[in-house]
Amino acid sequence: MTTTSTQTNGSGGSGVPIQERDRVTVRFAGDSGDGMQLAGNRFADATAIFGNDFSTLPDFPAEIRAPAGSLAGVSSFQISFSKHQIFTPGDEPDTLVAMNPAALKSHLSALTKGGLLVINEDAFTSGNLKKANYPSNPLSDGSLDGYRIIKAPITTAAVAAVDDLGLTNQNAERTKNFFALGLVYWLYDRDLQPTLDWIDQRFGRLPNIAEANRRALFAGHAYGETTEIADAHVRVPPAVLTPGEYRTITGNQALVLGLITASHLTDLELFYGSYPITPASDVLVELAALREFGVRTFQAEDEISAIGTAIGAAYGGALGVTGTSGPGIALKSEALNLAVMTELPLIVLDVQRSGPSTGMPTKTEQTDLLQVMFGRNGESPLCVLAAKTPGDCFYMVLEAVRLAYQFVTPVVLLSDTYLANTAEPWPVPDVTQLDMIDVPYRKLEHVDPEEFEPYKRDPDTLARMFIPPGQPDLQHRIGGLEKSDITGDVAYSPENHQRMTDLRAEKIQRIANFIPEVEVDGPETGDLLVLSWGSTYGAVFTAVNDARDAGHEVAHAHLQYMNPFPRNLGDVVSRYKKVLIPEANTGQLRMLIRANFLVDAQGYNEVTGQPLSARLLTERIKQIASE
Amino acid sequence: MVLQTPPLEPVESIIPLADEDLKRKDYASDVDTRWCPGCGDYSVLAQMQRALSNLNVAPEKMVFVSGIGCSSRFPYYMNTYGMHSIHGRAPTIASGLKLSRPDLMVFVITGDGDALSIGGNHLLHVLRRNVDVKIFLFNNRIYGLTKGQYSPTSELGKVTKSSPIGTTERPLNPLSVALASEATFVARSFDTDPQHLTATIERAARHHGAAFVEILQNCNIFNDRAFGDYTDRDVRDERLLYLEHGEPMLFGENKDKGLAVSATGLRVVDANGPDAGLILHHDATRPSPDVHQLLARCQYPEMPVPMGVIRQVTTPTYGDYLDSQIEVAKFKNRHDVTQLLKGRSTWQVE
Ligand SMILES: Cc1ncc(C[n+]2csc(CCOP(=O)(O)OP(=O)(O)O)c2C)c(N)n1
Ligand code: SF4
Ligand SMILES: [Mg+2]
Repeated sequence: MTTTSTQTNGSGGSGVPIQERDRVTVRFAGDSGDGMQLAGNRFADATAIFGNDFSTLPDFPAEIRAPAGSLAGVSSFQISFSKHQIFTPGDEPDTLVAMNPAALKSHLSALTKGGLLVINEDAFTSGNLKKANYPSNPLSDGSLDGYRIIKAPITTAAVAAVDDLGLTNQNAERTKNFFALGLVYWLYDRDLQPTLDWIDQRFGRLPNIAEANRRALFAGHAYGETTEIADAHVRVPPAVLTPGEYRTITGNQALVLGLITASHLTDLELFYGSYPITPASDVLVELAALREFGVRTFQAEDEISAIGTAIGAAYGGALGVTGTSGPGIALKSEALNLAVMTELPLIVLDVQRSGPSTGMPTKTEQTDLLQVMFGRNGESPLCVLAAKTPGDCFYMVLEAVRLAYQFVTPVVLLSDTYLANTAEPWPVPDVTQLDMIDVPYRKLEHVDPEEFEPYKRDPDTLARMFIPPGQPDLQHRIGGLEKSDITGDVAYSPENHQRMTDLRAEKIQRIANFIPEVEVDGPETGDLLVLSWGSTYGAVFTAVNDARDAGHEVAHAHLQYMNPFPRNLGDVVSRYKKVLIPEANTGQLRMLIRANFLVDAQGYNEVTGQPLSARLLTERIKQIASE
Repeated sequence: MVLQTPPLEPVESIIPLADEDLKRKDYASDVDTRWCPGCGDYSVLAQMQRALSNLNVAPEKMVFVSGIGCSSRFPYYMNTYGMHSIHGRAPTIASGLKLSRPDLMVFVITGDGDALSIGGNHLLHVLRRNVDVKIFLFNNRIYGLTKGQYSPTSELGKVTKSSPIGTTERPLNPLSVALASEATFVARSFDTDPQHLTATIERAARHHGAAFVEILQNCNIFNDRAFGDYTDRDVRDERLLYLEHGEPMLFGENKDKGLAVSATGLRVVDANGPDAGLILHHDATRPSPDVHQLLARCQYPEMPVPMGVIRQVTTPTYGDYLDSQIEVAKFKNRHDVTQLLKGRSTWQVE
């Protein structure tokens, strides 16, 4: 993966030769108060502007402010950047920036063998070592042998750089993340300008702080240049991406943009009812700032109310959306079932997180699939979609809205912590090229009252005749009691209940006729199919390709439509001798595939709170492929 | 009967009116009612239809949202739009509906269990937020639909199916709960005084903001005569206090008693005696709910039971605030989707 060619750095003054590499992964780790997320995000911006493909992975503690220097308080930000297209933020960093002993302790094991450590030696005081449970100082006891180390006095050097600005001690020390960033910019030959511009913009009103951050950034950069760090000056050439206009995007941002765009494409006003919960809160927070798009956000008293308001809005003819994470879905299930029974177009976003119960709120998992499929009383089918990349969250929102209206059904869209927080370059879509989304109830505006029956169905989609209140002579009542076919009156007859149960199931099943078939990447038939879904796309794609590079013939199919499945899926999974389903759960898709298609699928399952490891998965694929 | 009330906004500014003159039956659906014969719910249904026809509301602009319970069957019997939703959650559905469709008039029908037990949280918040929905709580002090278990308004020690030797919990007072949420409209009426009930419903309908009406409703099957001691026709005048805004708080067959402030709350004074001058005049518009709360606490047999509009104050609704935020944002900020998708910065890949 790594090619090294030595050339002299044209721009820099130091004599250190610059090496060229295809791909590099850097992890910034420090105390929550050290500004690692900020440093990482600046690095990502500089990388985007430089033209690499990249993917990021922020990882922060659930505690807002754990005690300074403690293991619980370590926050990290990983970025992988490449001259090729990449699909994961990298398994193992090549470089670890450790701002204190706790950061080193928590993240060293991830660092690749022989990797580069950038260490803030100022923070390795006996107090901090103790907080990180280090019996002796790893900087001097030989435990870091085998790594390349840059020990820099990051705190003192940053403070010295801003010495004459008259800052408080605390503010002076705070600039250390910019010093570290400057140093890493030098290591990877990044331009400082985007970050300088950002500092101007961000701290324009606090000229002293702006100046301090600028100076710390320059000082860190100069430190790299003058310390002649051997073997560490690396350049990753720009990637060849499809031409166009790009921005960085996270999954949560893409959900927000998707909702606003869907509101535009349906010409419906957006109503978003939600109760704050990590990692879905961003969606509420960002939508709340977009009132100019007619967005009505409603911070409800709980998740039940949140979905209730969204149902009310959808019933009223607005684009009714609620968003939450797994624990919130559990609370919403009764109301979601009301939307199934009343057959209303409702969008539910589930940004999954690690469970059970409160679990690990800031960690990722794909463990809500069965909950959203089956976590309701009665036979309660609904449509379930899953986004595969941060940018895909945008398009899957549009799909969710399209299907919700076409079929007059609730649709659940699954994202997760990983997608929510991971940033990647994203080609900005041209809104004028996106298809408008049809809202069938508009066509019923002047329907003849004699023709109207609330549960009369479209012959193709089985969508019922949904009409929001307000139209004269069409008054009718809906609700959670079983409905009579066609009239929608309350009905208890055995035949009717059977018929309605079948109709509700059949309606969801017919969605399969209106979604794309699943595509297979690789041989059409053969020994091994790897079948994945949702956010593991990048890791699985990478692992499959690595296994192919090692000489194995492997097919890969990825699902974004979880219910109903694409109509060719049964055929696809039966064409291979073995089917491997990697998931960040204990085998939820596998259970569905086995049950639906009687295929003896195997699993690759990690439930660690971290994204799937492409490296370990590659090993597993190779192993199965050579069995 | 027309209640004496604070100045009203013109009816057409609050209520979507029908083009033609509608009768009570125009508000009745053709669905057969399913309540037990003698149930107080019948009367409430009839008075609701009468009140709406008095106001001449456009039926297609009306939505009744209910929870679950005998009372929550109500929407089926109205020739309006409606949703019989799930237990306790009607205020949430009504909120989302009203906020996204300000042109509609949204009523919530709920029971004592529905509103104060499973849906207690939502009731507090819909009132606190002052979402413009009208909430009618049918209080029969029992769980009717599930066949007679005690409810959060059942009196301490009450023997019911689920409390064979009496309950061990104290009841909530619905009016106190509403006032604690600083609801902008709080009223009480009862099933066996059709005129008062009709007038109270009309008042609630004409309030701009969240309206809360407790309706004492007899469940003749599981909790018969829960209120008869003071609502029976022959004792009413003595035991009820019909509140009128701006009028002295007088009751008794000959209006010979009144309420005055005491050290611990309210007390009854002789309207012809030396303390007559201390008798309070009812001010429903007082911003502070303090005196309203004292009224809400008046209970039989110590005190007369207040009926009518206890509180009506005007403040902007949740929807007023939200809509004006949207209007201002649209005026001040760009709202171009293409621009939004680009975010703060983009770069060009050649
Ligand atoms: C989630 C849920 N829990 C319990 C029930 C059963 N249930 C239906 S109505 C009801 C109580 C209704 O009492 P109230 O609100 O006082 O209405 P009433 O029947 O007295 O008018 C209960 C417990 C239900 N429908 N849903
Ligand atoms: S059980 Fe009680 S509340 Fe329910 S319908 Fe019968 S009388 Fe009315
Ligand atoms: Mg009851």
